[in-house]
Amino acid sequence: MADINELKYTYSLRLADNAWILSHRLSEWCSNGPFLEEDLALTNIALDLIGRAQAFYNYAAELEGKGRTADDWAYRRNERQYYNNLLAEMPNGNFADTIARQLFMSVYEYYFFMSLQNSKDETFAALAAKTLKEVKYHIVHAADWVVRLGDGTAESHNKIQQAINGLWMYTGELFDTDETDIMLSEQGIGVDNQSLQTLWETHISEVLEEATLKIPEAEYMQTGGRQGIHTEHLGRMLGEMQYLQRAYPDAKW
Amino acid sequence: MATDTQLDLWEVFIQSRNGSHHTHAGSVHASDRKMALQNARDIYTRRGEGSSIWVVPANSIVASNPDDADMFFDPADDKVYRHPTFYVMPEGAKQI
Repeated sequence: MADINELKYTYSLRLADNAWILSHRLSEWCSNGPFLEEDLALTNIALDLIGRAQAFYNYAAELEGKGRTADDWAYRRNERQYYNNLLAEMPNGNFADTIARQLFMSVYEYYFFMSLQNSKDETFAALAAKTLKEVKYHIVHAADWVVRLGDGTAESHNKIQQAINGLWMYTGELFDTDETDIMLSEQGIGVDNQSLQTLWETHISEVLEEATLKIPEAEYMQTGGRQGIHTEHLGRMLGEMQYLQRAYPDAKW
Repeated sequence: MATDTQLDLWEVFIQSRNGSHHTHAGSVHASDRKMALQNARDIYTRRGEGSSIWVVPANSIVASNPDDADMFFDPADDKVYRHPTFYVMPEGAKQI
């Protein structure tokens, strides 16, 4: 059996990567929001996610014990060494695309951290409890917008429906369960990822129904992010995100 | 003056801690009540400034007219007897 610390390390790194990559996407809205207040709302969520990423990177560093820091993981890895869900790296697209992505991620995170706060690992439990408060707000923000757009004009309705249809194939991966998940879940440390799927689907259906939107038909689900196999979008994003640290290693301000 | 194209205007009042009164903090744009409250939260309470928020549609606020200032406020200027400090406390009185 793999060492328990090693499993927790992988687990922590995945959670950090999800938060980190989604955070960077949201930060791309900075100064590009549809109006000032929404610009701030999106970047505010990005800041919540940076805080979460940092906490889980720090915990991964502690478990690994090799003196690496959050910055090493954030800025000094190649595409194949990131383990985030593909959904997190999907481009911002139009505002509806961003909101649909946020709803899918936040609802998943809500049920995930609800479960993780009961973890036998004290650090995971504490971080989950803290994260949960933030995620509750992220859901309200995203769900309200989905309803506003879905139940708004014909154009906003079509845009949010297209966003939901387009991202749907990346939602299946959220419930992917590999050996790390199973072993940690059996030990009461990790989350039974598969058990979250019904909760997620019910929650999403309720929001879409209120928004007069259609739930897409189940289709092929793209996976790979958690094994480091990413879409074409991640590489480009890293190119921009890592530029400074690559060009000027150890640059400080 | 340029037309404001950024949704409706709402005035924001923040209560810094339980028991204190709500103080005007600024304004936000929003298309509905929920959005107004969320925008106010995101803009005015990100650094622990508040424990409660009120938002009020700006057009629901009835404001005094600057032209009425002489009628409204000037008469208060020379009525010192409206202040309790105008009156001398009778010697020996413990409470009045």
